[in-house]
Amino acid sequence: MDLFGSYALLLAFALAIYAIAGGIAAVITRRPLLIKSARNAGFAVCVLIWLGMASLVYLFFTDNFTMAYVAEHSNRNLATFYKISAVWSGQEGSLLFWSFLLSIYVFSALFAYRGKHPELMPYVGVVLAAVQLFFLTLNNFVASPFKVFAATSGGGVMHLVSQADGHGLNPLLQYPEMVIHPPVLYSGYTGFTIPFAFAMAALLGRYPGEKWIHLTRRWTMIAWCFQSAGILLGAHWAYAVLGWGGYWSWDPVENASLMPWLTGTAFLHSVMMQEKRGMMRVWNVWLVFTTFLLVIFGTFLTRSGVVSSVHAFAQSSIGRWFVGFLILAIAVCLAAFLKNRDYLRSDNQLDSMLSRESSFLFNNLILLVACVAVLSGTLFPVLSEAVRGTKISVGAPFFNRVNIPIAMFLLFLTGVGPLLAWRKTSVESLRRNFGWPLLAGIVGAVIAVAFGLRDFYVTLCLLLSAFVTFTILSEFYRGARVISARTGSNLLSSARQLTMRNTRRYGGYVIHFGMVLIFIGICGQAFNQDKQMDMSAGSVMTIGPYRLHLQNFDSDQQPNYSSERATIDVDQGGRSVMMLYPQRRFYPSNEESGTMVAISSTLREDLYVVYAGRSPDSNLPVIHAYLNPLVKWIWLGGVIVVLGTILALLPNRHAVLVMSPATESAFVPAGAQPARASISARAQIPRDND
Amino acid sequence: MKSKAKFAIGAGIIIVTLFCLAWVGAQQSKTYYHTISELPTLTGASLHQRLRVGGDVKAGSIQHLSGRVDFVLVEQGKDLSVSYVGTDPLPDTFKDGAQCLVEGKVTPDGRFVAETVQAKCASKYEAAPAQAQPGSESGVSDRKS
Repeated sequence: MDLFGSYALLLAFALAIYAIAGGIAAVITRRPLLIKSARNAGFAVCVLIWLGMASLVYLFFTDNFTMAYVAEHSNRNLATFYKISAVWSGQEGSLLFWSFLLSIYVFSALFAYRGKHPELMPYVGVVLAAVQLFFLTLNNFVASPFKVFAATSGGGVMHLVSQADGHGLNPLLQYPEMVIHPPVLYSGYTGFTIPFAFAMAALLGRYPGEKWIHLTRRWTMIAWCFQSAGILLGAHWAYAVLGWGGYWSWDPVENASLMPWLTGTAFLHSVMMQEKRGMMRVWNVWLVFTTFLLVIFGTFLTRSGVVSSVHAFAQSSIGRWFVGFLILAIAVCLAAFLKNRDYLRSDNQLDSMLSRESSFLFNNLILLVACVAVLSGTLFPVLSEAVRGTKISVGAPFFNRVNIPIAMFLLFLTGVGPLLAWRKTSVESLRRNFGWPLLAGIVGAVIAVAFGLRDFYVTLCLLLSAFVTFTILSEFYRGARVISARTGSNLLSSARQLTMRNTRRYGGYVIHFGMVLIFIGICGQAFNQDKQMDMSAGSVMTIGPYRLHLQNFDSDQQPNYSSERATIDVDQGGRSVMMLYPQRRFYPSNEESGTMVAISSTLREDLYVVYAGRSPDSNLPVIHAYLNPLVKWIWLGGVIVVLGTILALLPNRHAVLVMSPATESAFVPAGAQPARASISARAQIPRDND
Repeated sequence: MKSKAKFAIGAGIIIVTLFCLAWVGAQQSKTYYHTISELPTLTGASLHQRLRVGGDVKAGSIQHLSGRVDFVLVEQGKDLSVSYVGTDPLPDTFKDGAQCLVEGKVTPDGRFVAETVQAKCASKYEAAPAQAQPGSESGVSDRKS
């Protein structure tokens, strides 16, 4: 089975070279047979990578400890469930997993557009195969997961040596979310390769119009959705497992996943400018290039040890390969752009500051500044060493100072943008559109201040959150009222019809609403409390409204680990409300320990209790309790973001009669003249579909 | 053209503001990486900076005292006496021979007072052969490799 996997990957490597060479020949000669052959090679590469992956998974399930990679990342007693995640817990396996997920996207894209877009697809195939070739090079020759333990016996004959048991999986990764988080996040990372390939192909082939944007819209949204969910799952994992009471620490690895998300988000917004107004062509191409480069850069960051990180993979020479590939990719992007930039000329100019266009421009500017800030903060040690010769790192205050105002501005634009008309908005319509939401925001802020809120950013955030929520609701209400007036159905079912008729627009609003919930959840941080105490049986700790009575400690023996557990009775106002069992686990196979945090989560707050270890002073167990308000809103917001994206991915039910309030409501009181509204809307609708 | 100019001005204001904020944030939180052998050469203002030093915990050097934990870090043959004064329990990975990263300040007598200690045993994510892993965690070793 080990040979099988490595042969499959080797063959995939060879075929990827053919897919590139044959693809280039096909692009030049335009011979149908060659085009088909290159495409088939592309399919074969994907299938072979799947076989390689399947073989590695099989080796893990059969505890094949002649394989170095398996022996280092698994052991016999590891639960079957975690043997899956062990596959990608190390450098080699995670890179193969990268190839694997990418090959799913590549296969789907090649399959979905087989026989279509003959001008474009051969280029796409070449770009995709080139990216695959890079990862296959790593999989085969730099970080092969199929290395075996071998020894030379007397006659110089090599034979395989099997280890009795493996080293086991890092306990921090033995958590259900760690089985889901990497696949989801990697699906996001790899998914951005598809829009990149299409953008590059369109540029290289001077493919007319905005077709590539229509083609890749759904792919980009899928990648974006995975990336968002992956980041949040990672944050939740950090929160639930690492036991420091927080979910985000501006660690380089976290930053690596955030950066392509920022540029990807910018791209999702700015493509609308290109679709509707033929603007920003250069910008969009570069955004999608940058997103892809950041994806590669992020993969590099986590694997090279360039910057120290809590959860980076070990340092290795693999970084050089990534640097080489990045330089090559940048060179190709630049060359393609310089050669064909005349193809990217804009049709229109910015007409007014009070327009949808300018809100998108600011949205993009701000997202990009955030990305640059995160990038420079992450690379600060590297940059400062290059410039001044000393390594200096910057911490959370740096990132927060820049990104909190950016987040506030973005939230503001989230509320304002969708209500601004394309080209130019009249002040009168502004007043009408924003009056109530703004009032709601201010009322919300006044109430918050009256209740003793004094933090500037939190107050601002709540104001903006209320404002955005109201603008979203009023968008649904306005549209639903028109449909309701025409069809006589009630508002709720009208709102549903409205949504289904323009899923992209209203799905987008749902995503915005999810983001608002996430922002509110993050605001909760301002009110975090925590308390730490050396406790023995009978001790009591008070935090917020809760009293924690430590009752006793017990220990437990599991096949893969032993654990020590504290039993804590929590009472609130003299009434016992729950029991919490924070745990420490010890894993003998790799002599490591991990904590299992006890979290009681409600919409109001999380009570988060960690059995932190033994006190250096008294050798008593240390219990660290945190009271973190509103954290659950973040996870809830994440779910809504994902649901909103799924909604936006659905095809529109009827491509007719959807209001487009931003343009028409500037002139027509909504609902008063539905006939006219529908005419102005119809002109826009076909562009909403791809 | 007018709108474009307005946008440029707006963008300029935003970028400058954020840059200033970033600068303030960087001043607040910057930490200097140094090797143990560099510490005695530090003078003047750089002695009062927040420092980050890495090394291996010398076997048998960990002493639990009241209110602090003393230990010795070794990096490339040079020793550094460290007193950990933080309130958080030390990580489980903190034991003899562990790769360790401390943040804090040096006192005039050359002792390092650490507020945070991070440690990682040699096989955190990659079970690398013994010392073949010059610490992705240790900024100090990074510089030398």
